[in-house]
Amino acid sequence: MELVCPAGSLPALKAAVRQGADAIYVGFKDDTNARHFAGLNLTDKQLAEGVDLIRKNNKKIYIAVNTYAQPDGWERWQRAVDQAAAMGVNAMIAADPAVLAYASKNHPDLNLHLSVQGSATNGPALSFYQQRYNIKRAVLPRVLSLAQVKQVAESTTVPIEVFAFGSLCIMAEGRCHLSSYMTGESPNLCGVCSPAKAVRWSNEDGKLSSRLNEVLIDRYEEGEAAGYPTLCKGRFIVNGKKFHALEEPTSLDTMDLIPELDRIGVKAVKIEGRQRSPAYSEQVTRAWREALDSYRHNPGGFRVENSWRQTLAGLSEGSQTTLGAYHRAWQ
Amino acid sequence: MKLSLGPILFFWPRDQVTRFYADMAEQPLDIIYMGETVCSKRREFNLDGWIGLARELQQATRAQIVLSGLTLIEANSEVSSLKRLCDNGDFMVEANDMAAVQFLSERKLQFAGGPALNIYSGHALAEFIDSGLIRWAPPVECSGNMINNTLQQLDAMSIPRPEVEVFAYGHLPLAYSARCFTARAENRPKDECEFCCINYEEGIPLASQEGQPLFTINGIQTMSAEINNLLADYPSLARQGADIARLSPRAKGMTEVIRAWDLVRQGGQPPLAVQGCNGYWHGRPGMVTAEEAGLC
Repeated sequence: MELVCPAGSLPALKAAVRQGADAIYVGFKDDTNARHFAGLNLTDKQLAEGVDLIRKNNKKIYIAVNTYAQPDGWERWQRAVDQAAAMGVNAMIAADPAVLAYASKNHPDLNLHLSVQGSATNGPALSFYQQRYNIKRAVLPRVLSLAQVKQVAESTTVPIEVFAFGSLCIMAEGRCHLSSYMTGESPNLCGVCSPAKAVRWSNEDGKLSSRLNEVLIDRYEEGEAAGYPTLCKGRFIVNGKKFHALEEPTSLDTMDLIPELDRIGVKAVKIEGRQRSPAYSEQVTRAWREALDSYRHNPGGFRVENSWRQTLAGLSEGSQTTLGAYHRAWQ
Repeated sequence: MKLSLGPILFFWPRDQVTRFYADMAEQPLDIIYMGETVCSKRREFNLDGWIGLARELQQATRAQIVLSGLTLIEANSEVSSLKRLCDNGDFMVEANDMAAVQFLSERKLQFAGGPALNIYSGHALAEFIDSGLIRWAPPVECSGNMINNTLQQLDAMSIPRPEVEVFAYGHLPLAYSARCFTARAENRPKDECEFCCINYEEGIPLASQEGQPLFTINGIQTMSAEINNLLADYPSLARQGADIARLSPRAKGMTEVIRAWDLVRQGGQPPLAVQGCNGYWHGRPGMVTAEEAGLC
């Protein structure tokens, strides 16, 4: 299985190359990118340097142009596709049929991967993108159980990539407007979820409060670990009870599933986290490289080393990890 | 302006559904969407049951009946059921997943594109029109301006506009998950949910710790807490290119809601303001009530 690692900066890209990523994915510095965060992503000059380094090391570069184009500014998406093609990237990751159509018509040699934002969770949906846009791979949303990933993989000739580690979206990617409902900005349209500019921390009655566009997302007792107010991970009131009504702050970790993912025929595993630090890219890439190599050398005897587990737990939200939807009980 | 009744997004007992549609058959509606769009485990009506109910209703109303497909399609059984829905032979289908778009375009059947399809621009809309889309319900987060600009983009490509249907009244369907939040609220595993969402005819309210209503839990679907209501914005609906206003079923009071909309479309004065939210229509956070409502 190919190890696909994130880079939101040149140092992160270099770290991923150094630690043995097979492919590194990046995005442009605008709203064509579903990680369009302030201070993140590579300038054109950094991108050129990064691509050069990746080529020298015989690795692959993927570029994500994975938001949905809007009628105003269609030129930005066209330009992003043209630029990706001109760079000779190994693949462009996209979700919007408009972007996929433009790319397949104007740059037939550009490999297209369907982004997780495309929200394709079944064989016929994949056939649509394959027949119309000749996609060469699809990234599946994190809503499927392992048995369902298997069903999808068996029902299509499109090679499948799944999320292996990182922040856990509890909603089907591409099918969540919670962020725009509260803040006006959404992943599909703006490339952000729970945008930093809408966050406000305050100390109220000795308790730390996190707010998003003034909506209280969570309130912490003294000494309680506080996390970024991603709006689906706050504590809310439902039926008179206060709890993480949608999801706890936790990360997805599927290292235990490597043998099963391989047996199912999954072609690539993706690490989430273009918004994370170079140290994150360095450590998570190293742990996963070692795990995948260990599995390749001895598939029958594969087991997750404690050191890998500790590394990943230390990089996780709330220091917790979960198998997420892959494990039916989570659902 | 046509008025449509969206699919019932909640899980109601069979009797309640039957009574609801008997009542709706009498209302001044132009289009009625029917079918399960949220969770395939809800089986007060199975697929044949829905088709049977649609045939009965068609005898009783002049409205066009459309069958809505499931939104999040994960299991092979759901794929098979969707395929049978597309093969029903009588009714147009509303596609809410690309699987439905694929089935319908393979069969060269014209279809309605539901709000769960990610169509945000004229270039994207053109792709779907080429696949058989004849009616477009934009994603609920689209503003009136964005819809208008999308249609103008289509005009510039000399592609005829499809009918445009705006989500004009009801709890907004905002997100879909593998997880069932109703089962979670009742501390049950999803596989042993015992269909507990049938106990909440308008979902479960979710509020902040300060008591601010935020969302409505409806099985695997998360909806807005507020009712999105564009009645005060009626003049701008038509101006921005809407042909159809979609009213989403609620457990009570739908007759009054439809009557209010019908009066306005027949030339009555729209209210200056209404309860609920309309932020998305004005290009703002969806939960906001734009103050200028009624004056724009």
